[in-house]
This record gives sequence, structure tokens and C-alpha cells, in this order.
Amino acid sequence: MIDQIPVLVIIIPLLCSVITPLLGLIRKNLCYPWVIFALAASTLCSLMLLFNVMDTGVIHYHLGNWNPPVGIEYVIDHLNAMVLVMIAATALCVAIYSRKSVEQELPGKSVFFYTVFLLQVTGMLGIVITGDMFNLYVFLEVASIAGYALIAAGEGKAPLASFRYIIMGTVGASFYLLAVGYLYIKTGSLNMADLSRILPHVIESKTIIIALAMFMIGTAIKMGLFPFHAWLPDAYTEAPTTVSSLMAPLFTKVASYVMIRLVITVFYPSIFSEIFPVTEIMTWIVFAGILYAGVMALAQTDIKRMFTYLIVAEIGYIMIGICSANKVGLTGSILHIFNDILMMACLFTALGAIYYKTGTRDVYKLTFLHRKMPITLAVFLVGALSVMGVPPFCGFFSKWYLILGAIEADKFQLVIVLLISSLISAVLFFRIIENAYIEPREEGDHHDDHDHGHVEPKAIIDMDEAPVSMLIPMVAIAVSIILFGVFSGSIVENIIDKVLPQALFLL
Amino acid sequence: MLDFIIGKYNYWIYILLMMIGFYAMIGKKNLMKKIIGMNIFQTATILYYVSIAYKKGATLPILSHADAHGMQSAIDAANYINPLPHVLMLTAIVVMVATLGVAVAILIMIYRKYNTLEEDEILEAEK
Repeated sequence: MIDQIPVLVIIIPLLCSVITPLLGLIRKNLCYPWVIFALAASTLCSLMLLFNVMDTGVIHYHLGNWNPPVGIEYVIDHLNAMVLVMIAATALCVAIYSRKSVEQELPGKSVFFYTVFLLQVTGMLGIVITGDMFNLYVFLEVASIAGYALIAAGEGKAPLASFRYIIMGTVGASFYLLAVGYLYIKTGSLNMADLSRILPHVIESKTIIIALAMFMIGTAIKMGLFPFHAWLPDAYTEAPTTVSSLMAPLFTKVASYVMIRLVITVFYPSIFSEIFPVTEIMTWIVFAGILYAGVMALAQTDIKRMFTYLIVAEIGYIMIGICSANKVGLTGSILHIFNDILMMACLFTALGAIYYKTGTRDVYKLTFLHRKMPITLAVFLVGALSVMGVPPFCGFFSKWYLILGAIEADKFQLVIVLLISSLISAVLFFRIIENAYIEPREEGDHHDDHDHGHVEPKAIIDMDEAPVSMLIPMVAIAVSIILFGVFSGSIVENIIDKVLPQALFLL
Repeated sequence: MLDFIIGKYNYWIYILLMMIGFYAMIGKKNLMKKIIGMNIFQTATILYYVSIAYKKGATLPILSHADAHGMQSAIDAANYINPLPHVLMLTAIVVMVATLGVAVAILIMIYRKYNTLEEDEILEAEK
């Protein structure tokens, strides 16, 4: 049993997702506890995997007992064990959170919603756990197709946004598939470990460079990197609250994980600086992308749309580390993947709770919110401070590593753009905080100082907090943001240093 | 030069199909035509995979007259087509069908909402 844990992480949500519609036939409200059970089991398995990996080192699991490179292999090292835990735990939190929001936004559709929800989590876990290039493509499409369906469930422009996402996402996936084909004709292998053994001998070939370029484009579309981000703001804004709370933190970050996996495992980081000067081009693209995302975020009044542009900027941050292509920079990128999952989950769930209670996402309609929803706003504040990069919260530490990495690689434009973007997010969040916390002055407040008799209107506003099923996961995410900040040193030491040996950068 | 074009004609067709697909996805206003373009694009990928596995004069990787005692177990790989890319494409076709299904379902949602599939009319209605 204990040997089979790697496959259980995938199998449990997959089978449970197939069973969900059958349960829905019996009783509709069985689905919610069932999803929580499935995700809790999956979280437990991935936690056990993480502890196993930290004890005994990298785990190789051969599906159907076929040895690689012939068979499909699951490889769990420190990096993807950690990402697995983060995905499963965040999905569990969002599933607990989903109850009231799904009742409100998708009445009568909860059975199908939870089926596709589990399917998407399966896809994302599969992308992370697999050690086979083609298997990764299949899981990428499982996650994407489930995502298209979930986004289309929203209101308003959602079907149109989802349609655009399908077109862009399919182009991205096809480029990824072509890149796998180019690698296959040159190396004859689909296994990542096998590829990394063969590639250094053929790295000068034009085929490999084309494969690398196609990988970059395909993955960049999936992760919503700047020139390919067009699908992202619409899709995540129009999606139902629960869906954007699930997809916005996880899916783009999973695609970034794919990018980092390719850089550190399949290729090696110095290929970017020596053989193919992709970082020179990428640096300026990332520079433009972060600035663009910041300016666009400032222009929005819908908070959810503002946050979607923030995601584009955060993806740019992750790319800063990859552009630096040195140990410190990649440490920052990986740490930022962990942190960004938490920060975005925190912001989107808090915003979802505000939307659930007040029915608005407009920046200027949040007045007196700190009286109505103090806990939600506190959670929101934790996420906001972390995105700005205030020291005790986790966002600061990954930005610190990213800046150090960029300085080491002599890419000062990236340092500048990261600092500017942090300032922009400070402006963004203070606009929200100001509207939510600071109460407007009463009309004529200044000239009737002597008139103490009238009733203050603010006394009328009662506390109207989000339901407990929403508050618990939100507070859990906020607490883990602080914990990840406080213990970021040990995360870097115990997890990231293990996957970034110094030898990786000496080739 | 002519040899370069004719000798690798299947790869040229793959690139041509891909560009046709791209054109339809970007240039066409009708959403259904965009989906058709997307499908052509994916089919181009399949053509690419099928042609990398092909060898001139080779046959299917099925042993038609291998004897029971394993005497003919030494097989000359050059006589057989590489089956692996073909098998990969079976999975890719399944993915393609699933994407098409979801895309068409969403198209139905769009049609019910706007009563049209022309992109400019939909954008007009959104204003």
C-alpha cells in the first residue's frame, strides 16, 4: 500500500470525480462532502509523499511496472512533492469554501460542477507528478479542458471568454506537443530523466533549439505570460467565484512549474545564456509585461479584473528568476511559485466572500466594509501586504531572492521593474484598503460641532460576516502565508536547495 | 532546392496546414470557422507525428510469420515503421475530440445567448 502512494494521489480524485455524478443521482448534497473526502485523501497522500521524499530522497514510481524509458514513470523529488502538497491543500481549502458560493452562483448545477472540479485538480496534480513528456501533455489537456468547462459556467461574457481561452489554450498545447515531437526525433525518448542524459550530446542541433522555442511559446500561453496573456483577464474575471479561486492560484503556477521543470531537469539552465540567447529577448519581454500588467491593473475598477492583471505581473516575476538563469534567481522563482499560490488563493477567496455578501466588486463601493466583514478584510489585508512585499509575509522573501538573482546576472532592468511593480501594487491595494477601512466624513461634519444630539449613521451598520464554511479556509490560507514567510529560510534549505545543486549551473 | 521541397513534401504540407489553421483562427469572424481552424491546426500536428514515424519500404510493426520457438526473434528494425508516434497520436486524437466537444458545447451556449456566431455582432451586443 505504502509503495502505491504516488499513483494514489492521482487515482483518488480521478475515480472520485467519475463517481460524483452517480452520487448526485442519489442525493445532490452528498457531492460536497464527497469532494472534500477525495481532496482530503489526496492531500494526505501528497503530504506522506513529501515526508517520504525528505527522508529517503527521490521516489521513482513505474506505472504498470514497465521500466522507463519504455513505460511511464512518476518521479517525485523535493520540488514537485512540495507543489503537490500545495495544489492538493489549496484545492481542499477552495472545495470547503465553495459550498455557499456554488449554491448562490450555480444553483442546481452543483453535481456537474464538483465532477469537473475534481477532474481539474486531477489534471493539475498529474502535470506536477509525472516524469514523462507526453503524459504531461495529456494531463495538461485534462486540466485545461476541465478549466474551459468550469469558466464557461460563469455569467455574462463567460462563454465568450472561455471560447477565446479554448482557442489560445489549444494553440499552446499543440506547440507543446510539437516540441515533444521534435525532441523525440532527435533523442528517441520521452522520459525526462532519459532526455536530460541524451540532450547534452545533441544540444547544438537546430532541432533542439526549435523544440526549445516551441516549448517556450506553448508553456508561455498556458501560463499567461505577457504577450500571450490575452485570454487570462477575461477568463478569470467572468468565471464563477469558486472557479477563479481554484484556477487563478493554481493553473498558471502549475504551467510555471512546467517551465521550471524543463529548465532545471530536461535542459540545463546555462543553455539559455550560452547556446541560445533566449534570456536576452525574454528579459525585455518580461520587463514590458510587468509594466503593462501594472498599468492595466491601475486602470481597473473591478477588483477581480485588477487581480487578474496582478497574476500576469506575478507570472512575470517568476520569469525574472528563469531569465537570470542562476541559482539565486531560480530559488526565487520556485519560492515565488509556492508563495503566489497562497497569495492569490488568499486574495481571490477573500474577494469571493465580499462578492458573496455584498454582490459588488467595485473598488468604490466598499465603504463601511470593515464594520460588516472584519475577518474577511483582515485576511484580504494579509494577502495584500504579502503581494506588496512587506517583510513578515511570504511575498517579500521570494522577491528578495529574485532581486539578488537579477543583480547577479547583471540584469538591472529587471530589478527596476520589480521594484516599480511592487510600488504599483502598493498603490492598488491602498486604494482598496482606503475605501474599505476609512469611513467617509459626514456631510456638514465641520460646522455643527456643537450639535452632539444626532445619531451617528455608522452605528446602524451591523456586522454581516461571511459564513463559517468560507471563513475557515480563508483564515487557514492567511495563516499559512505568515508561516511561509517566517519559515521561508527552512523551505529554501530543505526543499529548493535539494533540487538546485550547484553542479547544475557549471555546465 | 527542388529536392528540398519535394523530398520532404509531407513536412511542407504540415506547415501549410498549420498556417491555414492559424489564418482561420485569427482572420475569420465566424466562431464556428475558428473552431474548424483550430481542428486543422491540431490535425497538422498529427500529420507531423505520422510522418516522422514513416520509413520508405517499411511495413507495419506486426510479426506475421514469427514461429513459435522464437527462432526469428532477431528483427531488423529498419523493416518496420516506428509505432510509438502513431500510438501517441491515438491519445492526441482523443484529446482533440474532447476539445472539439467542449468548444462546440460552449458555442451552443454563445448562440443561445446572442443568437449569432459572428464575432463582430457579439461584440456589438456586448456594448
